Amino acid sequence: MAKTPAEAVIRVRDLVVELKAHRVLNGINLDVYRGEILGFVGASGAGKSVLLRTIIGLLPKQQGRIEVLGTDLDQADEDQRQAIERRWGILFQQGALFSSLTAGQNVEFPIVEYLDVSDRLMTEMAITKLEMVGLKPDVYRKYPSELSGGMIKRVALARALALDPEILFLDEPTSGLDPISAGDFDQLILTLQRTSNMAVFMVTHDLDSLHTICDRIAVLSEGQIGEAGTMATMLASQHPWLRAYFHGARARTGRQAVVES
Amino acid sequence: MTAGTLLSQSRGDRLDLAVTGSWTAEHARTIEPLVDAVTRPNSAVRSVAIDMTRAERIDTYGAWLLERALRTWTSQGCATGIAGLPEDYRGLFEKVRAGTHKLTPEPPRPNSIMATLESVGRNVAKVADDFVLQTIMAGSLVVALKRILLRPTTFRLTSMVNHLERVGWRAVPIILLITFLIGAILAQQGIFHFRKFGADIYVIDMVGVLVLREVGVLIVCIMVAGRSGSSYTAELGSMKMREEVDALRTMGFDPVEVLILPRIVALVIAVPILTFLGSMAALYGGGLVSWFYGGIEPPVFLSRLKEAISVETFAVGIIKAPFMALLIGIVACVEGLQVEGSAESLGEQTTSSVVKSIFLVIVLDGFFAIFFASIGM
Repeated sequence: MAKTPAEAVIRVRDLVVELKAHRVLNGINLDVYRGEILGFVGASGAGKSVLLRTIIGLLPKQQGRIEVLGTDLDQADEDQRQAIERRWGILFQQGALFSSLTAGQNVEFPIVEYLDVSDRLMTEMAITKLEMVGLKPDVYRKYPSELSGGMIKRVALARALALDPEILFLDEPTSGLDPISAGDFDQLILTLQRTSNMAVFMVTHDLDSLHTICDRIAVLSEGQIGEAGTMATMLASQHPWLRAYFHGARARTGRQAVVES
Repeated sequence: MTAGTLLSQSRGDRLDLAVTGSWTAEHARTIEPLVDAVTRPNSAVRSVAIDMTRAERIDTYGAWLLERALRTWTSQGCATGIAGLPEDYRGLFEKVRAGTHKLTPEPPRPNSIMATLESVGRNVAKVADDFVLQTIMAGSLVVALKRILLRPTTFRLTSMVNHLERVGWRAVPIILLITFLIGAILAQQGIFHFRKFGADIYVIDMVGVLVLREVGVLIVCIMVAGRSGSSYTAELGSMKMREEVDALRTMGFDPVEVLILPRIVALVIAVPILTFLGSMAALYGGGLVSWFYGGIEPPVFLSRLKEAISVETFAVGIIKAPFMALLIGIVACVEGLQVEGSAESLGEQTTSSVVKSIFLVIVLDGFFAIFFASIGM
């Protein structure tokens, strides 16, 4: 990849979000740069998903500013917002596939809505995307209820990638997958990210994902970004929660694997 | 960003192409015709060279359109070559090249006559399946009931009372309103037509017999099927979708005993009460219209009504009510448990629950009519 000076595709400043009078996020500052995979960690219930949902506009914020691809989402009118939404893809935790459409139609859905391309190209692109996420073309005609959990995540990823987004949001992409599938999924995200130079914002609990594919890690604690940096920074940090997280019993195998490699 | 273009130059049997601008999703609409134009079968062209040095941005859309063109040329027997592909995009091209991009052909469709016959056959078979499932459900209910009778403390009384409130108590206002209006309309139509023969007074006989024997119970059952049957189907269906029914079963509970029996018992208690209330409201509506529209004073209405109807007339209507409630409950629960994974299937089963229960209620009413006629009621 040609290394250009890193451009922040997501810029969050002094973000405050309250849910039912409870302050979940209290002054978040965070940049996500083009071409990096940012792993976002934090205790369960710390507000990771809240931040993700606030950035993509599903939750209202009380204070602060969110810029995506250089556009302040508060200032943007309907058309500008739609143009931004066209340039990001989101993988929800449960996949959120439309259950009344086939896998192929799910992937085609954003293409139909946003791009005025021929039916032939649309079908070919849907199959291309399904194949890129490691599925066979015969999945195209299957309904979500006929697919396994791992396949649903892959189809949902194909749908998130349908418009070749510049930013990809992943909400716990490997949760609910067996370790082998989870490892495959990590590699898949890495390959896709390297081929298209996307920015990936990944909320995860999976230490293996953090070790193997994340360029940078941000930690959410007590409503703020406690620490941000590479894996090495995280491991060296004295922050008590981070020490427990990265040096706990479940962290060992992953760390050893990295040390050995 | 400039829109992508494809510059072409033909030199004898050689075609030189230059890719410029951005070949991305947003320009795919304009690029595709350009690619189609140069890949048209042309026997003069033996080799194709593509220069990529002026490409600004390429994504999967651009990469696939190029790859599609390359595959077409190869199948036409042309030699192809790409020069100046930026290093950044090599991975993307490899990824796209690895795919087959071909949809497996759809299984051949049988011709339309065969398909129609097949679907008719399937539907007939489904009617039989439904009957079997409903019989099984009725059987399971009896088994569950037997267990409850042996150990009465296991009956889910709280759940039953909760459902009784929802299907009985909360249905009272709408049932009263609808049956009141039906009674009023019956009386108005009767007076309007009977007046021509000077037979106004017989309107009371008509309203009394019709409401108590047929209309009261039918209207109530149709309302209950639409209001409570559909909600039973939707509740059980979404519980089935979220594996709650399976969870119950694995914990050693019988879903029929825990989920279905309290619901159906509530329905069997509620529908006769609603039928009684509904019939009274209909008679009241009929009486009011007879008074204001037909000029029949209430004392006349009441004394005439006493002559026209007997306890038997009332009994015929009310005896039917619990059986119809049982039917609605069984159909609703069977349909609910047949819900599959998708939201669409939940909607389909809810619709068919309402349609089937209304249909079967009317069929059952027909059987009751024959039955009561034969025993002289």
